[in-house]
Amino acid sequence: MYTQSFNVPDSPGGKPVPLAPSLEDPVLQAAFDARIDADGRIEPQDWMPEAYRKTLIRQISQHAHSEIVGMLPEGNWISRAPSLKRKAILIAKVQDEGGHGLYLYSAAETLGTSRDQMLEGLHSGRAKYSSIFNYPTLTWADVGVIGWLVDGAAIMNQIPLCRCSYGPYARAMVRVCKEESFHQRQGYEALLEMMTGTEEQKAMVQDAVNRWWWKCLAMFGPPDADSPNSAQGMRWGIKRVSNDELRQKFVDATVPQAKVLGVTLPDRDLKWNEERQHHDYGAIDWDEFWATVNGNGPCNKERLATRVKAHNEGQWVRDAALAHARKQQERKMKEAA
Amino acid sequence: MSTALKEWPLWEIFVRSKQGLEHKHCGSLHAADAAQALDMARDVYTRRQEGVSIWVVESKAITASNPDEKGELFDPAADKIYRHPTFYDIPDEVGHM
Amino acid sequence: MRAAIDYLLHLADNALVLGQRNAEWCGHGPILEEDIALSNVSLDLIGQARLLYQLVARLKGGNTSEDKLAYFRDAHQFRNYTLLELPHHGPLSGYAHSSMDYGTTIVRNFLYSALMALLWEALEKSADAELAAIAAKSLKEVRYHLRHSRDWLVRLGDGTDESHARAQAAVDHLFPYTAEFWADSPAEEAAIKAGVGVDLQTLKADWNAIVDAAFAEATLQRPTVAGYVPEGKLGRHSEHLGFLLAEMQSLARAHPNGNW
Ligand SMILES: [Fe+2]
Ligand SMILES: [Fe+2]
Repeated sequence: MYTQSFNVPDSPGGKPVPLAPSLEDPVLQAAFDARIDADGRIEPQDWMPEAYRKTLIRQISQHAHSEIVGMLPEGNWISRAPSLKRKAILIAKVQDEGGHGLYLYSAAETLGTSRDQMLEGLHSGRAKYSSIFNYPTLTWADVGVIGWLVDGAAIMNQIPLCRCSYGPYARAMVRVCKEESFHQRQGYEALLEMMTGTEEQKAMVQDAVNRWWWKCLAMFGPPDADSPNSAQGMRWGIKRVSNDELRQKFVDATVPQAKVLGVTLPDRDLKWNEERQHHDYGAIDWDEFWATVNGNGPCNKERLATRVKAHNEGQWVRDAALAHARKQQERKMKEAA
Repeated sequence: MSTALKEWPLWEIFVRSKQGLEHKHCGSLHAADAAQALDMARDVYTRRQEGVSIWVVESKAITASNPDEKGELFDPAADKIYRHPTFYDIPDEVGHM
Repeated sequence: MRAAIDYLLHLADNALVLGQRNAEWCGHGPILEEDIALSNVSLDLIGQARLLYQLVARLKGGNTSEDKLAYFRDAHQFRNYTLLELPHHGPLSGYAHSSMDYGTTIVRNFLYSALMALLWEALEKSADAELAAIAAKSLKEVRYHLRHSRDWLVRLGDGTDESHARAQAAVDHLFPYTAEFWADSPAEEAAIKAGVGVDLQTLKADWNAIVDAAFAEATLQRPTVAGYVPEGKLGRHSEHLGFLLAEMQSLARAHPNGNW
């Protein structure tokens, strides 16, 4: 996963805008609100406000797109994995991300959209996905760091989503979270192993940490003060913990892990604050974040074009399977007649 | 040459996790036909030995109860407490029954 | 034991090279479900390769390891069938590029899986107990690969005009490479003599039956094969293996003393 607190609007060029209050049937609305307040689950056939449905479709499909696009940066190293064991682990990991995308597309489909519609949104550039995947994987250490930090940040984001108010999304997230636990561990372990190796390997790990650290902090999304839809998401039970809270949790969890690994985190302002009982950390470059979200990061065009290419070149394969299935059915009917 | 035919249909996947247990709904996927849905369910939903048997059902074949009728469908069962064993007081000396 | 080693390397290199090729689809498959399915095939093949390399490493002793065998041998030391190293597209020179074609992928997986479903079954009775155990495990895996690729072969052959044409083109391109299955090699002869290996001639009729039945169902024509017989299992490969290995081995060779 990789939701960066998906409050990011899909239309290009914008920072989040507050949702307009909806005009809905007050009786149904009251019943819906009551169920949410009681921490109940909403299921596909239940009545739900249109804005809730739309927000969920957007959030879940962005989440799914992130899983799928997220296959590419790590997939970049499958062919060159430095040992057969690591090659197998990496294939299994990237494959898992494909599975996560699939579970999530399926969850979104229960809300009345189709996978084709969602993919159309992605391929046309309208739909967003986590900006973390618009950065290049330059060395093998990036694979380890993505597992450790990116999947680590993702897990922090996803665990609260297992309690999301929308049943199919929550259930998909339970499955995803179960699988994610191996992702972070394999990444961290790969780095530990490299840190026992040559000086070049150690330098490779530190360099990868330096390049990914700030991007990972940005993954949790804009500061709470700049997230106008967060309150609505919280009200609806589709967001359980705020961006800043999750980010803080991530920093606090990562600092000791970095120490064990023997790397430094590239932030001079990073230090323990006795009073807050948390680590303080430096300022995130939000301009760079928004530039990347809005399509102008180092790999946006490559990632998107790669997805479009795979989809377009797969069209004849998908068509063939469907045509064969139809022919088979016709043959069966003829036989029966 | 190839005009896009349409999306593959959606299938609901049910997996029996262990011999002796029931099949449980675990998710859905797209496949061109039932045989393919079975194979794909194997690849998508049992990568970690989650299953020993799979059922696939085309999603559109499922009829679901209407949530608006929840009251008349399910509430009438609420007062039939005599269906439950704890409703009955049996003297302690009888032991487990 | 020399005989067994070359024979085992042939089996291992087959699995690794095809596993490496199939993994190229990871993230680029025609549909998500299929992306995941093909990754499973790759994982099975790489798993088979690892077991076989580990067995070779035990036989050779010293500081040989599965990764030394996979990453520090050159193309001429690889003993895989030429069929398995070809890129996922029609015939092109080594440094020419083209998009991947799923028809090529499916036809190759089918031709190879049909052979290995028979060979692994026969190898369950190998005089080498460790190889027999690997065969038993691999047999289950390859039966699924055969089912997967055969089903797709029929879908593509029967599906649309375009898919039929692509599948037939892939068959025309790849089928001649199967001539190598039936050619003798010293490694195989020695392994057969030692009771470790299996004479593929004894499997040929069954392989033909599997292939012909599938082709008939898929309405595909089996091309006649004449002339060039590939010699990958003798270490004489196509232009493509060098590129495959250059990519696969680059990182491991750049850091020969690295810990991964
Ligand atoms: Fe994921
Ligand atoms: Fe992950």
